[in-house]
Amino acid sequence: MKQFWSNNRFLILRRFTQFSILFLYFGANAWGWWILRGNLSSSVVINFAQVSDPYAVLQMLAAGATISLDLFIGAATITVFYFLVGGRAFCSWVCPINMVTETANYLRRKFEFNRMQGPKMPISRNIRYWVLGLSLVVSFVMGMAAFEFVSPISMIHRGIVFGLGFGWASAVIIFLFDLFVLKDGWCGHICPLGGFYALLGRFSVIRVFHEEGNCTLCMKCKVVCPEHQVLHMIGKESMSVNDGACTNCARCIDVCDDDALGFSLRELAEKNRR
Amino acid sequence: MSKGKKEPISDRRKFIFNMARGVGIATLGGFIWSAYINDAKAQKLLLRPPGAIKEEDFLKTCIKCGLCVEACPYDTLMLAKPGVHKPLGTPYFTPRDTPCHMCTDIPCVPVCPSGALDLQSVLSENKLDINKADMGIAVIDKESCVAFWGIQCDACYRACPLLGEAITIEYQKNERTGKHAFLKPVVHSDPCTGCGMCEHACITEKASIQIFPREVVQGKAGNHYIKGWDKKDDKRVKDAKAIHTQTEISKESALDSLNDSGDLYQ
Repeated sequence: MKQFWSNNRFLILRRFTQFSILFLYFGANAWGWWILRGNLSSSVVINFAQVSDPYAVLQMLAAGATISLDLFIGAATITVFYFLVGGRAFCSWVCPINMVTETANYLRRKFEFNRMQGPKMPISRNIRYWVLGLSLVVSFVMGMAAFEFVSPISMIHRGIVFGLGFGWASAVIIFLFDLFVLKDGWCGHICPLGGFYALLGRFSVIRVFHEEGNCTLCMKCKVVCPEHQVLHMIGKESMSVNDGACTNCARCIDVCDDDALGFSLRELAEKNRR
Repeated sequence: MSKGKKEPISDRRKFIFNMARGVGIATLGGFIWSAYINDAKAQKLLLRPPGAIKEEDFLKTCIKCGLCVEACPYDTLMLAKPGVHKPLGTPYFTPRDTPCHMCTDIPCVPVCPSGALDLQSVLSENKLDINKADMGIAVIDKESCVAFWGIQCDACYRACPLLGEAITIEYQKNERTGKHAFLKPVVHSDPCTGCGMCEHACITEKASIQIFPREVVQGKAGNHYIKGWDKKDDKRVKDAKAIHTQTEISKESALDSLNDSGDLYQ
């Protein structure tokens, strides 16, 4: 039991956070709760603080909208939060699509699809930055927030809170794509929101830290990591995972049995090294 | 270039190729993406919440958070979901299902964080005034409205929150029977807010009075028409300056130039 907890604690915590956030939003619409009203695009926390998706606001800006003070403050709040604390924590701790893609990834491993699929596809993880740039161009040309219009994240999340319609199809598309076409296809390659937070999170303070001395090179962490390139230091060097693409999902910390991985503050980690 | 052995491709060439491929695929994707958005936002027959700004700006400005939907006590407002063929995630309402009940405290407008619902547009003298809302106009199909057949029905007139202003009843003798009257409903587009209570109340199988966005159904006479009988409108011509042009014919008075031009009997 204790072993199970230590091997899954962050996964359980993340699922708890993801579901709680969904539930709070749902309750706000269904039963008039006031803790978290709105949805992931923009919401009001405890009837007081405005929080807004900075990437959505950026697209609106590109589309030529006048940004209200409320949205500006809301977007700034979220930007500062992830800039300091989270990095891509949105992706693994909040985003509902994360549960879809992690399930696909899990099934891939369970059924050993990764070994069957032959040579790797020549698909770069930088596509997301191209999509990010493209979304701003399309927003500008079409005069409306382009990604918000096709985003499966908003579709699913909004759908769960306000009524799903055909929104479930977008989750199925992503699930099948991740399962049969490309490993970590959506979250790890295409999603521009992930790309946005990757750029933002490059400097965030809370980081996974690798203690090389404890590592037994079992490589379990690299197997489960959805952005395995960020773990390039495993078994080589004691340092924190500083790549912005790291989602702070802490699955690597979960699976590590050698106490070679853990959360740390960037500054602290750097200091200890010296 | 020798035919047999191929030279290794230089890094510079690879870089240029990769960049060209990136730009090419981005252009391809951009066009498909734009085409999709262009198609999806073409929906014109959409009824927005009270205080909504112009549709084109609304699509830019609305962040699709749904706070207006949550604020609506009658569950009138909905967020467009995939499959309903409306711009995704934006708020709208369907009056035949649930009309806008025109709450006097207008809960849906002040909660809007983005300014897509403009509070100023529903204020008069700094007080909330739902009668200033402009969601659309009611349009009557007089062919299917039974009141126009001579059957007595004033459901829409009674349902109208601006009874006697937005909808009035026009009496007219029924020549067919000789002893009855038509009680015909007439919509007045200025006071009509487009709340849709009339469409909801309409007794015909498919509503004979329906709400459409103002810009879809309303015409425009143009500035050059002056209502001479309307003092306010007539003022517009007070300082107007006529433009005089002179041609060979208009040198003389019109009567003379027509009669004396001499070309009639040639």
